[in-house]
Amino acid sequence: MTQAEGTFNRLANPTRFMGLASTILPWLTGLTAILLVAGLYLAFFVAPEDYQQGHTVKIMFIHVPFAWLAMMGYSVIAIASIGSLIWRHPMADVAAKTAAPIGACFTLLALITGSLWGKPMWGTYWVWDARLTSVLLLFFLYLGLMALWQAIEEPSRAGRAAAILAIVGSVNIPIIKFSVDWWNTLHQPASVVKLDGPAIHSSILIPLLIMAAAFTCLFFVLHLMAMRTEVLRRRVQALRLTHVDAAGATQGARA
Amino acid sequence: MSLFPDLGEHAGFIWMAYGVSALVLTGLVVWIRIDARRQISLLADLEAKGIRRRSAGHTQGKKAAKEK
Repeated sequence: MTQAEGTFNRLANPTRFMGLASTILPWLTGLTAILLVAGLYLAFFVAPEDYQQGHTVKIMFIHVPFAWLAMMGYSVIAIASIGSLIWRHPMADVAAKTAAPIGACFTLLALITGSLWGKPMWGTYWVWDARLTSVLLLFFLYLGLMALWQAIEEPSRAGRAAAILAIVGSVNIPIIKFSVDWWNTLHQPASVVKLDGPAIHSSILIPLLIMAAAFTCLFFVLHLMAMRTEVLRRRVQALRLTHVDAAGATQGARA
Repeated sequence: MSLFPDLGEHAGFIWMAYGVSALVLTGLVVWIRIDARRQISLLADLEAKGIRRRSAGHTQGKKAAKEK
């Protein structure tokens, strides 16, 4: 076993994870709050109006981070699913399962805020073009994963089925990213993550990056909290099963 | 500096986008916290009935042995 694998295994131990999460969470929550306050202040009181979009550019400060996190959330699930299928590690399963509702919320918000930005700028709330449709598909993939976890009672079987769906569905992520280049669309092309540098002025780019950092921290705060709860849920289930088995054995012995 | 800046003719769309986001994210935080509290209380109930994890029992056994 390499040193990196050893470190990974130690962190992936549920009891060690619970301790680590308790240490990290207060700091990460504080950082999220500071970044969010700073980002909102810059977005509303410092960032200038866009010369074409006017004040509606303020929607970008939440829409773009939500869209990034929608894709990042799914990538977290896909990577955890690979870990779950190859190493059969329960913490990879826990990470994949708990990221789904959080990713679904961010995807829903990317769709809603995009729609509310589209109406004043494009004249319509919705168009069935490649970018919008592929993000809607991402939202349905999240819902599908959540439904699968609910439908199959045994966590290890549910985990395997959800992991396969998650990995197959991950083909949608590059489609979302490159949809604005591959097909005609009302949606603007990439303006921040570009080979030749961002196409946005720093007065708008900096608040955007701070808001993106704030929501990324929020994602991980919520993910760590949900993972901790999922570990507890599995302990409760395991204890109940042990209790039922023990009670059954005692009754069997008496009979 | 006013608390609510003047956001021009499309202010309704901007406030709606921020309002819905605040609502959905607050709902998510509340749901995750309620779920966490529920599992903590379920685990405490089981432990109160004397049903413990083997590893928890093992650690407590070690502690008790040290105290002796």
